[in-house]
Amino acid sequence: MGWIGETIDSIKSLQIRHVLSQAVSLGMIVTSALIIWKGLMCITGSESPVVVVLSGSMEPGFKRGDILFLHMSKDPIRVGEIVVFNVDGREIPIVHRVIKVHERQDTGEVDVLTKGDNNFGDDRLLYAHGQLWLHRHHIMGRAVGFLPYVGWVTIIMTEKPIIKYLLIGALGLLVVTSKD
Amino acid sequence: MHSVLYRLNTLITLAGFLLAVMCSLASFTDTFHVPSVTAHAEVLKVNRFRKQLTGNDEVSLTLNVSMNLRSTFTWNTKQVFVFVAAEYETAKNSLNQVSLWDHIIQDKGHAKLEAQITNKYPFIDQFGKSANTNMYSAKPYMWEAIFVVRRSNLFSTGILCPRQVKQLKTRW
Repeated sequence: MGWIGETIDSIKSLQIRHVLSQAVSLGMIVTSALIIWKGLMCITGSESPVVVVLSGSMEPGFKRGDILFLHMSKDPIRVGEIVVFNVDGREIPIVHRVIKVHERQDTGEVDVLTKGDNNFGDDRLLYAHGQLWLHRHHIMGRAVGFLPYVGWVTIIMTEKPIIKYLLIGALGLLVVTSKD
Repeated sequence: MHSVLYRLNTLITLAGFLLAVMCSLASFTDTFHVPSVTAHAEVLKVNRFRKQLTGNDEVSLTLNVSMNLRSTFTWNTKQVFVFVAAEYETAKNSLNQVSLWDHIIQDKGHAKLEAQITNKYPFIDQFGKSANTNMYSAKPYMWEAIFVVRRSNLFSTGILCPRQVKQLKTRW
């Protein structure tokens, strides 16, 4: 009971200036996170510089819950590289290995076929209806680094959104009731 | 004096920083490692050659491969992904690379291989024009069997560096 009284007191005693300065610090935190994210996008040249592995199709190399760092350069795509690509119509990027490359003589355009290491067949089932090959504009980057287990936070927050709301609610409460 | 949250904050920041330093050091040790790999591949026989309905040529081959990849394994190696690919040039395509067979090696004990393999993935050429002669003439002159070894390294929370690739080309 004393704790509830204390909380109500601390909310009543908030001054405008205090609230404003807290709002500004919160804004600073959010914008610096955004700056870091956009900066990473510029450095790596990829639209999505960090992705989470969602399926076990690349085991034993990448397990579900690993995060991957991507980098995109103008280097040609060759067999054996691990690439992350987006299929038209699917919003989730897929991380698989390139197994076939056909590069045109005249235009330099390239047809790519991918396959997950742990899958039996190639990815034609995952491509859009009627699509047989991937092209350069589908590919978002090559995997250059990874961190295991860190991606589980994102997976849990996506699959059980209640935890996301709980976390944000708790953080909000913490910010409002903290004295500094 | 300091609240629990403050202490937790400092602890987590320090732990994160130290782990990042350890990861970089672990990855750095890989720059000193130079693997020496021996490998050999040859085509034993052509099992089947046919023209698909789409007009593309399809070949099924049996290859004889032997390799010794023991030297690519370090304390920090997670897996080695080996594959045999056919690389060739045709009239329409400046470069074609088709992976025929691949294999994952997870420890040093399994790193020495000698096998007769048939291609796992269908070897299909795009735009196979006129007759079978096109494919046959492409093969002996412009075919290369490439062993590319991709080494994946991992420390407990480490960084993967697939840049280190050892390429061996055997002209067949």
